Amino acid sequence: MAVVETTRVAMTLYDHLPVLQVLVPLVSAPLIVLIGSRRLTWSIAFTASAVSFVIAILLLMQVIDGSIISYQIGGWAPPLGIEYRVDAANAFVLLLVSGISTLVLPYARESIKSEIPARHHTLFYAAFMLCLTGLLGVTITGDAFNVFVFLEISSLSTYVLIAMGSYRDKRALTAAYDYLIMGTIGATFFVIGLGMLYMATGTLNMADLADRIADQGANRTVRAAFAFIVVGMGLKIAIYPLHLWLPRAYTFAPSAVTVFLAATATKVAIYVLLRFTFSVFQPKFMFEVNTLEFIILPFAILAMFAASFIAIFQTDFKRMLAYSSIAQIGYMLLGISLLTETGLTATVVYLFNHGITKATLFMGVGILVLRSGGSFYNRIQGMGKTMPWTSAAIVIGGLSLIGVPGTAGFISKWTLVEATIEKGWWPVSILIVLSSLLAVIYVWRVFEVLYLKAPLAGTNYKEAPLTMLIPMWILALSCIYFGLATDVTLTAARAAAQGLLAGSAGMF
Amino acid sequence: METNTAILLTMLIPAGAAVANLVFRNRADLRDGITLAAAVATFLMVLTILSNVGNGTTEPLVLFEVLPGLDFAFSVEPLGLLFAIVASGLWIITHLYGIGYMRGNNEKNHARFFASFSLAISAVMGIAFASNMFTLFIFYEILTLSTYPLVAHKGTPEAIRGARTYLGILLGTSIALQLLALIWTYSITGTLDFTKGGILEGYIAGPAVAVLLALYAFGIGKAALMPFHRWLPAAMVAPTPVSALLHAVAVVKAGVFTMLKVGIYIFGIDFLAETGASEWLMWLAAYTIIAASIIAMTKDNLKARLAYSTISQLAYITLGMALATSMGALGGGMHIAMHAMGKITLFMAAGSIYVATHKTNISQMNGLGRIMPITYAAFFIGALSIIGLPPLGGSWSKWLLIVGAADTGQWIMIGVLMVSSLLNVAYLLPIIGRGFFSPLPEGSPTKISESPLLVWLPPAITALGTIILFFYAGALQEFLSPIVSAN
Repeated sequence: MAVVETTRVAMTLYDHLPVLQVLVPLVSAPLIVLIGSRRLTWSIAFTASAVSFVIAILLLMQVIDGSIISYQIGGWAPPLGIEYRVDAANAFVLLLVSGISTLVLPYARESIKSEIPARHHTLFYAAFMLCLTGLLGVTITGDAFNVFVFLEISSLSTYVLIAMGSYRDKRALTAAYDYLIMGTIGATFFVIGLGMLYMATGTLNMADLADRIADQGANRTVRAAFAFIVVGMGLKIAIYPLHLWLPRAYTFAPSAVTVFLAATATKVAIYVLLRFTFSVFQPKFMFEVNTLEFIILPFAILAMFAASFIAIFQTDFKRMLAYSSIAQIGYMLLGISLLTETGLTATVVYLFNHGITKATLFMGVGILVLRSGGSFYNRIQGMGKTMPWTSAAIVIGGLSLIGVPGTAGFISKWTLVEATIEKGWWPVSILIVLSSLLAVIYVWRVFEVLYLKAPLAGTNYKEAPLTMLIPMWILALSCIYFGLATDVTLTAARAAAQGLLAGSAGMF
Repeated sequence: METNTAILLTMLIPAGAAVANLVFRNRADLRDGITLAAAVATFLMVLTILSNVGNGTTEPLVLFEVLPGLDFAFSVEPLGLLFAIVASGLWIITHLYGIGYMRGNNEKNHARFFASFSLAISAVMGIAFASNMFTLFIFYEILTLSTYPLVAHKGTPEAIRGARTYLGILLGTSIALQLLALIWTYSITGTLDFTKGGILEGYIAGPAVAVLLALYAFGIGKAALMPFHRWLPAAMVAPTPVSALLHAVAVVKAGVFTMLKVGIYIFGIDFLAETGASEWLMWLAAYTIIAASIIAMTKDNLKARLAYSTISQLAYITLGMALATSMGALGGGMHIAMHAMGKITLFMAAGSIYVATHKTNISQMNGLGRIMPITYAAFFIGALSIIGLPPLGGSWSKWLLIVGAADTGQWIMIGVLMVSSLLNVAYLLPIIGRGFFSPLPEGSPTKISESPLLVWLPPAITALGTIILFFYAGALQEFLSPIVSAN
């Protein structure tokens, strides 16, 4: 694995891509507030997001073969300077995050009109771009403390974004407050863990940390640090018993925000967990000494079943999807607990495929809400007839959520089951397929509501505007595309898995 | 025409017809005309493949690779070709019947109905020509999903409940069991290609073989092996054309077809015989044959009785595979065609009675044979073919199955097949007897009053088909023989 060292000699713009990835959206946020003109703000946000999407593609192309880009901010060499480090694992996540945000923005433009008063739109876009910056920053940085900084940027802006749902439903305020409390506890745990690591090793650069932890082995400080970091991230990921903030946040946030958060925020948190458990701490240390897999596995299975059961009994489409997200997070954790290449591949590919699937579905709900004013089943019933395109996209997303062959969800489920069989964990394979039957039930309830119930009397909703339909359909079709053409996703996921499993060796 | 082009067209034409149905949803004649043209064109494509390939096999047409070693690919082999001929040929007849039935019965939502129907045929073609289990599985699920709207068609609480059972069992078994079996097979062999002689030999041994076979056998819910048969009677709430084509031909045959494919090309008949892994399946199939026949006798609703008869007959095919001899497999393959022709006749006749009189229960059908002679004649011939009497097609497949059972010395199985024939007599012929010999109830018309032409003609045609099949059975056996010949 060759590390491409960027030196200060004759650097082109191309070499600066890693920092531009974060810088472009970061700069756009204050720009939006300063300009303040409502027409321009959207264009600025969209352009910045599109540019960072292109950058993410370029970065992924460079690292998909398993190489690593190390970028030194300001030319200060690590471990003293801050380093950005791109490999297959995070380039893939960068692609997901920036891609989703680029699709969400056109959607948001129409969607927030009915949810947020016009005078707050600039604020919305600024907060949105900050959130994007934070998520991209968390993903790309190779510096542990920098992770915390960006995490806070994204979290704070997320609280604002969720609270903006209060113009439609006041409960968004308490939802945002809940998340604020839980998110802050999570971040605090995380930073305490970092502090302990710094105490024990005297460095904050991830590669350097990995090196020094490997040298000194497992002492009590490092173990405590590890525990704090896992629990802190667990809150952000919404691992089953730590999930309480998620359903309310997803339900009451503005539709566009829900789409963005559901598809990216928890995924980035999972990435951070992966990065810390595998690259910073040695896999060997983590799993053999601390038997992490036996801690993660039960929670993963608990999430798969408990959250799916709860999802079945929901009567609100958005809330149902939120609980389904918690269940799906269980599958991703399960992949981690296997500690094999295929298992990690499954997790990474799951992360991506589930991102696009949930984005499709939440966009669909958002449109239904826009027209009908609510997402309760008795509000949206029969809308398959009045809004055929939106409902059809929801069907595709729903099938992908179940994991029907020919959709992205199938590929992730296949890889995950394959990984468990490879490992010889038969009972777990059976649990996976059984729990996906629960998904059939909760998804099919929605289909029946949309198609088999009569529309509410006196309603004749128009189909959604194109600016919302097109992004949703791009995502819906990509659910099918990535279900059949798995070149990019599986190759990238496998490269990512190999990099992560190589532990700290993968960092050099 | 190139064989590969023709294969793709057999799937694309019905899919195109589905789209056309939705586009021209308000122009009934144009819409139904296009579908008819598509049905004929699909059948011609299948015949093109037949004339190009004969009963040989082709190199897989690989469209793309989905997962390493798993291609989205199609190829021709005799069993699949036979299935395609049967399904596409009967589609034409059923479509005509469907037009007559849906209009004669004033059903609603024709466009959605015919669109789903065409999509289902497209999926059937995909199943027939899939060159590996992975591709087959994709189309297997598409078939389940595209037939769901057909079962739920009426939108009544009963239809919705039936459709839920239908979907729940079919999707549930395929995800929970079949998918697991596929991934297991793939993880030990690295491939899922249909290969003569099977792919599993040398990779798996001992009781695991029987477990894997169980995952497949129960995972292929469409084969309606007990205890996963409940979906078939539940699906009978669908309009009769659906029951006729999909639940006598396409869906259930897709199930047993998959079962045969798994037995012949994944496990390999010899491997099954060596390991004895399929012996339990043989007993279960025998149990299903007898039990379903007995339940059929207790059903007064005509379609329900036919549904249980189908369950019983499907188990014949599973039995043929489980016998693990070449004669059994041949008999099973042949029974796909024979039973399709016979059972579709029965279903269409039942629909004809419903359209003309709106009667669904056998106990109400006194004397109807006198006023609906053609419908009843067709029903009679179809029934005889199901029972397995010469000179009707059904006799040959049953004959081959018996020979297969004798080959392996399974005398009890021969007994099962015999008893089953008697049970068939007991639950099918009284319907005819009641139709002709019981008096008509007071106040009913005494003149001939058949259903509309498009409703009574199709079953008459397929009834003739069962007779023709009797005389071409030798050719059919010859046609299928490569599937069990030595490598």
